Amino acid sequence: MENVIFNQLSYPVLTWTVFLPVIGAVFLLFMSSAQVIRIATLFVTIATFMLSFPLFKQFDKTTHMMQFVERHEWIPSWGIHYFIGIDGISILFIFLTTLLSILCVLVSWKSVENKVKEFHIAILTMEAGMLGVFVSLDFFLFYIFWEAMLIPMFLLIGVWGGTQRVYAAIKFFLYTLVGSVLMLVGIVVLYFAAGRTLDILVLSSLQYSLKLQFWLFLAFFAAFAVKVPMFPFHTWLPDAHTEAPTAGSVILAGVLLKMGAYGFLRFSIPMFPDATRIFVKPVFILSVIGIIYGALVCLAQKDLKRLIAYSSVSHMGFVTLGIFALNAQGVEGGILQMINHGIVTGALFLMIGMMYERTHTRVIADYGGFATLVPWYAGLFIILTFASIGLPGTNGFIGEFLILFGAFKAQKLYGVLAATGVILGAGYMLWLYQKVFWEKPNPDYAASGHHHVWDLDLREVITLAPLIILIFWIGFYPEALLSFMHSSVEHMLQNLNTRVAGEGLLAQLITEIF
Amino acid sequence: METASTITLAGFRLIIPELTIICVALMLLLLDLIVKKKGVIAAVGIAGTFVALYGTFKLYGISEPVTAFSDMFVLDGYGNFFKVIFYLNVILTICISLKYMTVEKASFGEYYALLLFATAGMMFMASAADLIVIYLGLELMALSTYILAGLMRKQLRSNEAALKYFFLGAFSSAFLLYGISLTYGLTGTTNLKEIAASLITLNLAENPIVFLGLIFLVVSFGFKIALVPFHMWAPDVYEGAPTSITAFMSVGPKAAGFAVMGRVLFDAFGGQQVQWNSILIPLAVITMAAGSIIALAQTNIKRMLAYSSIAHAGYMLLGIIAGTPGGLTSTVNYLMIYTFMNIGAFAIIIMLRREGFQGENLEDYMGLAKSHPLASALMLIFMFSLTGIPPTAGFVGKFYVFLEAINSGYVYLAVIAVIFSAISAFFYLRVVMYMYMKDPKQEVVLTTSYSMNFALAVTAVMVLLIGVFPSFLLNLVRVSILG
Repeated sequence: MENVIFNQLSYPVLTWTVFLPVIGAVFLLFMSSAQVIRIATLFVTIATFMLSFPLFKQFDKTTHMMQFVERHEWIPSWGIHYFIGIDGISILFIFLTTLLSILCVLVSWKSVENKVKEFHIAILTMEAGMLGVFVSLDFFLFYIFWEAMLIPMFLLIGVWGGTQRVYAAIKFFLYTLVGSVLMLVGIVVLYFAAGRTLDILVLSSLQYSLKLQFWLFLAFFAAFAVKVPMFPFHTWLPDAHTEAPTAGSVILAGVLLKMGAYGFLRFSIPMFPDATRIFVKPVFILSVIGIIYGALVCLAQKDLKRLIAYSSVSHMGFVTLGIFALNAQGVEGGILQMINHGIVTGALFLMIGMMYERTHTRVIADYGGFATLVPWYAGLFIILTFASIGLPGTNGFIGEFLILFGAFKAQKLYGVLAATGVILGAGYMLWLYQKVFWEKPNPDYAASGHHHVWDLDLREVITLAPLIILIFWIGFYPEALLSFMHSSVEHMLQNLNTRVAGEGLLAQLITEIF
Repeated sequence: METASTITLAGFRLIIPELTIICVALMLLLLDLIVKKKGVIAAVGIAGTFVALYGTFKLYGISEPVTAFSDMFVLDGYGNFFKVIFYLNVILTICISLKYMTVEKASFGEYYALLLFATAGMMFMASAADLIVIYLGLELMALSTYILAGLMRKQLRSNEAALKYFFLGAFSSAFLLYGISLTYGLTGTTNLKEIAASLITLNLAENPIVFLGLIFLVVSFGFKIALVPFHMWAPDVYEGAPTSITAFMSVGPKAAGFAVMGRVLFDAFGGQQVQWNSILIPLAVITMAAGSIIALAQTNIKRMLAYSSIAHAGYMLLGIIAGTPGGLTSTVNYLMIYTFMNIGAFAIIIMLRREGFQGENLEDYMGLAKSHPLASALMLIFMFSLTGIPPTAGFVGKFYVFLEAINSGYVYLAVIAVIFSAISAFFYLRVVMYMYMKDPKQEVVLTTSYSMNFALAVTAVMVLLIGVFPSFLLNLVRVSILG
């Protein structure tokens, strides 16, 4: 194994990072006081976050190779290993996941009163599952984490969600399951095509026939496109996002949606370069439809969370557009935009959750004039609004700019069309801000109304602060994150360019199939 | 291969486990006259099974297959592994039925004896090297289970279950006998290996009557493992029989059916793979489809698990269809995993049953997580395992079967299987949904006992352990079957 760098630290840092939340969840089983459980979970998530620090300190940005690698025999009779490691792409998601998990615990401090223990166990197992997905270098291990994650998410939505929670939870589960099982068949086919191995690095270094690539790309596409979600596979998302509890929405928007795009980057593009070329056009079309359709639907929403959910469809359209531009700007922009979306949409869901705790309504029409009622809240919300629109100085600008740049370089038309999504994005976000914070105050919430609406308290400010800082930090100095991914992205594109046969792929495919 | 053409003392050594089970069963019948406490009888039954298990482990040491009794009985890793499944099945069943049968007011000593007799029948089936022994084992198993299904004499649906099971079972026995006699008539032998040999020497490979005999055999096995369209008995019998017997029947006879199916198809008709696959592939597809889809409409959880069990038979069949030793291994592996998850699920159902409360409807599970978080968590594990979601054993079972099916080139069957497996997720999830996402309608009191807790602990731990560290089971099953 010369093409990986084994873990140099004295302890298995990635294993600890992934499984510390599981250990924490086991300990929670024996606790009974709700407050103790909350504190313990917060402690575990912070410890997990701290554990990922050495990763950043020791990370070698100059190489595309997998680092901190651990590899052990797991199921020898199938040739499957416990094989984990990270590169410049996955390390960013580790950071995002561990950070958002802490915030999820904080934001649920008061809002979750029912089945507190189960809730925190679900959060912790969820965190472990997400981290596992990003570190797995064996396809079997990856699939285990990928699917296992569904269980806590299903419970998070279904148990602690809104009024339509059961419907949303089952829809979420079945949609993602159907996509995943098709991928499972693809994985097994790949297993035999590669000579009985599921080592992702080996699988990426082999060359497959165009026909096989085509079918496997489709099988994987089923799983990843649902997860992203790409139009027209997005219909589970508005329900799941809207009905999930705040922490669930944050995890969904912040991390779960990234896994589909991560799957494209880690599997589809490196393993099936020829098929990728064929699918660039369809993916572009779906992405642009997603961007514009998502934004237009946002303009018609009556529910705060639903609006943000549809904005995710639009934003994730940018991400797939950037990734399939298949040039350095596009791919890096896509990855950065994934992180940005995690931060900004995560923060938006956090803030909406906080407001819901006060007003118990998510209907936009119920709001109005909140800028005078809760000035601090309004102030932070406008930052998020701008970041979501992509105003220069915020992280959203960098991501969208790189993506549009990359898309324009690849296919001018789609770059232009996607740019209209930015304008529409400004439209719905500003419209939302106007409806909620300006205009005439809703008499119900005026100072003497039935509901007492108070401004952000310290816990909530602490919850939001890291995300606000990140918005500006990335906005002014994107290289902080981009520097991690340069070599990995460059390596991926290099591989792609050396292996692609050029023109006539489609004709070749058609002759191979028929 | 060492052969013993007549009945010898050495032959008896090989059937020590079977003899142990039968002797213990007979002893239980006598013991029932003296001992009033059913717990003692159950304990003796379990102890006897452990003795048989010990015997099987001792015999595991014999690496080469050994035959006895004029080549009618064969002792090999394949049979031994199945016997371990049967032991687990009967031990776990006894554990979950002890308290339950008193609640049902059907606590007879014969109950435990019959369980052991049925197990002995299954064991002979797993070790049968001759169609006649298959028939004998199958009848011993079937007759015992007919009685067990009707043990709740005062309940109409239990009577119905027994009668229905008996009639349709008798039908399937007739099919089996037809199959045996057709095969015998053409090949002149009932020995599996000799059938394979004469099919070649007598040039019968393309003979339509051989194919007809094969169809009859497959149909009769299809009855036992509840393949659609021979599944008609299953839902009613599963619903009407005492729940512990439902658990027993959903695992034991199914495993035994697969054991003989594997042996007959691979040993006797190994060369006819194209022919038997032309029957089995459509059967597998409609079994998976009907099982998964009809289960969606069930409100009685026992009935739902009956259809689920039908669907699972379809998945297991994929390994046989693969037609390779590896494929057969994957089916056997699936059966072992299915034993744990299915009995675990039935154990929870039994816990809900108490005096004056059936606890079989989905609605009875409403809000269970609130009052009984641990039991609900276990049920959740079993339900996700039956769906095949990692990191539970159910995923390992399905993955292995799909692996072997795809290895033999049946990618389309794997695709069909995963789609129906995703559809089936809905009704398993619904149980979880009722437990976790609805408010309780009434107070549910669980009927627990030490033996029940033991069975639940074993099944849950195994489901998770195999899910995360499948290697030990995979090694065992591969060594047993592939040698």
